[in-house]
Amino acid sequence: MTSLILRRLGIGLITVLAVSIIIFFGTKILPGDAAQIRLGQEATEANVAALRERLGLDQPVYMQYLSWLMNFASGDLGTSLSSDVPITNLISDRYQNTIIVSTLTALIGVPISLMLGIMAAMYPGSVYDRILTFISVSLVAAPEFFTATLLVLIFVFALGVGNAVVVGSADGKGFFELLAHFALPITTLSFVIASQLIRMSRAAVLNVMNSPYIEMAILKGVPRKRIIFRHALLNAIGPIVNVVALNLAYLVTGVIVVEIYFGYPGLATLIVQGVQTRDFVLIQGLGMIFCMTYVVLMLVADIAAFVSNPRLRHPK
Amino acid sequence: MNKPPKTEHFVAPFEEGISFEELQDAPPRAGYKPTMAGWVGIVVVTFWAFIAFAGPWLAPYGENELPFPDAYSEFQVPQEGARLGTDVEDRDILSRVMFGAGRTIGISLAATLLAYGMGVVLGIGAAVSSPKVDMVMSRINDAFLSLPTIMLGLVVVAAVGSSIPVLIVTAGFIYASVVFRLSRAIGMEIMVMDFVESAKARGEGRWWIITREIWPNARMPLITDFGLRLIYVILFISSLSFLGLGVQPPQADWGSMVRENLGALQYGASIIPVLAPAISIATLTVAINLVVDDVSAHGGGKLSGRM
Amino acid sequence: MPKDIDTTEVIFEARNLHISARAEDGTEIPIVKGVDFKVRRGEVVALIGESGSGKTTISLSALGYCKPGLEFTGGEAMLLGEDVTKKTTDELRPSRGENVAYLAQSAAATFNPSIRINEQVTEAPVLHKTKSQAEANEKALALYRALELPDPENIGDRYPHQVSGGQLQRLMAAMALCGDPDLLVLDEPTTALDVTTQIEVLKAFKHVIQEEGAAAIYVTHDLAVVAQVADHIVVLYNGEVKEAGPTDIIINRPQHPYTKRLMNAIKPLPEPGQGEESSDEHLRDDPALEVRKVDAGYGKGVNGQPLVKILRDINVSIERGKTVGIIGESGCGKSTLARVMAGLLPACDGEVLLDGNVLPAAVENRSRDQLRRVQFVYQMADTALNPRQYVRDILGRPVEFYTGLKGKKKRARVEELLELVELPTSFADRFPHELSGGQKQRVNLARALAAEPEVVLCDEVTSALDTIVGANVIDLLTRLQRETGVSFVFISHDLSTVASFADEIVVLYAGRVAEQGSTDKVLSPPYHPYTKLLVSSVPETRIGWLEEATQTREAQSGISGGVTLTEIGCPFFKRCPQAIAGTCDKIDPPRRDDGHGNIIECHIELSNL
Repeated sequence: MTSLILRRLGIGLITVLAVSIIIFFGTKILPGDAAQIRLGQEATEANVAALRERLGLDQPVYMQYLSWLMNFASGDLGTSLSSDVPITNLISDRYQNTIIVSTLTALIGVPISLMLGIMAAMYPGSVYDRILTFISVSLVAAPEFFTATLLVLIFVFALGVGNAVVVGSADGKGFFELLAHFALPITTLSFVIASQLIRMSRAAVLNVMNSPYIEMAILKGVPRKRIIFRHALLNAIGPIVNVVALNLAYLVTGVIVVEIYFGYPGLATLIVQGVQTRDFVLIQGLGMIFCMTYVVLMLVADIAAFVSNPRLRHPK
Repeated sequence: MNKPPKTEHFVAPFEEGISFEELQDAPPRAGYKPTMAGWVGIVVVTFWAFIAFAGPWLAPYGENELPFPDAYSEFQVPQEGARLGTDVEDRDILSRVMFGAGRTIGISLAATLLAYGMGVVLGIGAAVSSPKVDMVMSRINDAFLSLPTIMLGLVVVAAVGSSIPVLIVTAGFIYASVVFRLSRAIGMEIMVMDFVESAKARGEGRWWIITREIWPNARMPLITDFGLRLIYVILFISSLSFLGLGVQPPQADWGSMVRENLGALQYGASIIPVLAPAISIATLTVAINLVVDDVSAHGGGKLSGRM
Repeated sequence: MPKDIDTTEVIFEARNLHISARAEDGTEIPIVKGVDFKVRRGEVVALIGESGSGKTTISLSALGYCKPGLEFTGGEAMLLGEDVTKKTTDELRPSRGENVAYLAQSAAATFNPSIRINEQVTEAPVLHKTKSQAEANEKALALYRALELPDPENIGDRYPHQVSGGQLQRLMAAMALCGDPDLLVLDEPTTALDVTTQIEVLKAFKHVIQEEGAAAIYVTHDLAVVAQVADHIVVLYNGEVKEAGPTDIIINRPQHPYTKRLMNAIKPLPEPGQGEESSDEHLRDDPALEVRKVDAGYGKGVNGQPLVKILRDINVSIERGKTVGIIGESGCGKSTLARVMAGLLPACDGEVLLDGNVLPAAVENRSRDQLRRVQFVYQMADTALNPRQYVRDILGRPVEFYTGLKGKKKRARVEELLELVELPTSFADRFPHELSGGQKQRVNLARALAAEPEVVLCDEVTSALDTIVGANVIDLLTRLQRETGVSFVFISHDLSTVASFADEIVVLYAGRVAEQGSTDKVLSPPYHPYTKLLVSSVPETRIGWLEEATQTREAQSGISGGVTLTEIGCPFFKRCPQAIAGTCDKIDPPRRDDGHGNIIECHIELSNL
């Protein structure tokens, strides 16, 4: 099985490379010359040429790609075109908020959703199950900003707690203070992934519950609790981890909308700014980070899927 | 072994000449009857489809017309002359929502159709091609799939700006890769069935096999998937617009309407400017979801358990 | 019997039992319609019937269990004097696994893939607190030994996927017996096994049932097996009991027409010396289809050779208007051979000839006429017919494709074909899922015949069908051969079916021809050792056969392992009781011809076989 995992890692590496190519060349389709844009219309030819040389834009494209890739691998993300600040600095100023929100959502949202989904599978067809299914079916299709608006309506307007916009900084706050500070963004994101997680974990557990060996356990007179916790969950863990990793990957994109909606500075706002100012260096660097996180999480999902298969863990 | 002394022999009454017919397979399936949830979905979807078409004629005002040109009318509450109130630029929200319906739905539908056209053709093509061709196509597709959709959208918009054709093509390509994977999977599953091999053994050509053997069996799951795809495309386009990277103002689009009216949450007299477009999107996508779920629950055949 | 048992105690009784299914819209569909029977201690009662008869549903009622969607709607099921149809799951729990235990049809589906075997085997008594873990382990070990499982001390530590199918089946028996149940419910436990493995398992079951003095309900559709294990037989059709009584009476003197039909459907193996006389005269025509020195396999290896070679050096010829049966167990390559003949799997060596002319190896390279003359019929009619096509199109397409008929003429021909396979012409407007299994198989046949072929390759076409239905299909094939003069190649793992129908038999083992020749010659001495094993493994519908068979088999069989493909030497070496070490495993066995068309591949002289 180690060979399988290694192969998967290898494929993951190739995927990351492919992604880097797409991102790099994607931004290269920019009509107009980056150096020109940077310096503005009034700049002299000489200045533009000098800048072009400095940015390495006079080199053949594949050389640019390779040097960019190597810089990235060594931690140098280049300098932002619009603000002339090294990108790593920009990131270090902003990454905190994004990481805090994502991590807290993962820590809180994931376990709760899993529990709800598993409980729904344990009592299929019950009132609880049907209500839960209806809510998650509805939420799955709704956009993040709708959920955000709904929550703002409920909490800010109806109940009078919290803020429609996150104000102030997160520095120096403890765990619970952070929770309060980012309460609404975290709740929104939790709802978003909850709808997927509940549905998928319920389906995964139900699938296992319908297996013939579960029926056999019933026929042997095994008590319900043991059937669920010893027989069923064991086999459901693989698919569940797979689902969790997939949803964590989805968090990467959900975070962007939530940041913009609740108006606090973070990596997502940074990249959106980059797009608006056509700062392709920024887009390349940040884009790679987002995408790599996504790819890594998908990889974890894949590997979890086959680590959980007992046939692969204990070959003949 | 000690047998009990009794020899009970029971024979059921019978008539001579009766035949013992083999019992039939599953009885013929009943047609599709929507459940309560399904009806709700169908009604809402039809409602929005109607508005999308007829909106521009039925709207009380033009897309950018001001109902109260002389007064300060930002974020006003619903009142005579502006049934849902006004937005950040003093425009009538009701009208903008109706215009936005056509735009949002139109763009999304076009993109989904594009995605489907490409995805299905390439996907089934990959399924029937030689393993080498199939592998190349799948690998390229996988690379696309590994990117978060919004990221791709960002990159493209950064590169070529955002206009409606760009949005349609971008969303079309991005979701084509998902459709590719799905139709390829369905195609492969059908390909290995005996009846396909039987057709090959007969000497049927590739085109016949695709159109007459594979497609009739792939239709159902793919059509149900179309609904799901449409939902994701609508969400994608609206999210991009919400980030300011989609449909640009002053054109009305539900996603950008949420964005531009966010201020209402903080200092507006009414929050309807934000609520109205958000609810519109949500009701539409949830309704489509209800219909899709309903249809696929009815389907239930071997191949339509693809969701 | 070692135990002192009161043989009149009734362990289980079904009284006017009714079970129904509930459809989506709430209507009730009766499945079991008033069934009565008793099971006494120490007895084995067999429930026989075809699919749809309700036998599995009834057997589950002994545990008070109904599959999802079904419910008890009347009557009683008395287990040890108490009615289990009225109890809740909690009330039933103590007796499940304790008083009554269930053995399912598929052991692979019964075991949890993530839990070690021993834990699952000992689970029931330990949970019910009737044994401590240590006691249960001891009992399990004793059972493993009694069931003749290899490496009994350690086999329990493995995971289910690490043991073979036959072993898993016996482990399932161990799991059922670990709690010392009063009643065992066995649901088709040997159906999924090869006929040679089946004997081992049956023997083990019977021994252990006798040892423990348990009562058993044995569900099956295989009548020959039933004759070996059952004391009483209950014949079921469509949820009702048609006839019930002691085994001897049911098998030898049945009275109900359905029972008689069932008994007739099992054809005994022709005695040696019987069967058609094959003429020695060599036919003037070329054989319809001939296979010469064919090697074939899967995957891509080196030098254009396949990665895994399935068939080696096969030579078969099919005469016009005759049927050749190809038999062997799973993995022997019989389906592969059929596919080579059809061109679906190109041979890597040797050639296939049609009417004396060499056929291109692959379907893609054959002409339409060549394809027309060799047709293939699949085992599973469900996947062989396009579910989205009407029967008239399924049949109409080959008609149009090969003969060019269109419109009314095509329709007329389709109706002709339906009549040929004894189906009503109205079926042309149906979809495959509106037909029963046997009807679908007939359409499958009709499709092959639509091409007006010379050779029809039938790949296990009756294996998925019920006994009576399958027998009807064989009758149909026999009639078709007489009327149309088509040659059939009939592939099966069931020797008795093949023997009743084929003119010649080819016995395959591990990709090599062990023996071939006319039916009666193959089924009479001299035998290839494998043929002998096969012939002696086929259960006869005769009481006492199992005991006789096991006694002689004890002497005969070596280790019952799986089939191993070998590069050189005879693949049967490991299991052959007459193997000569040093010769049989190192040198390819020569082909010995007795001059009358019977060919045996063996090192041993014909006179000694």
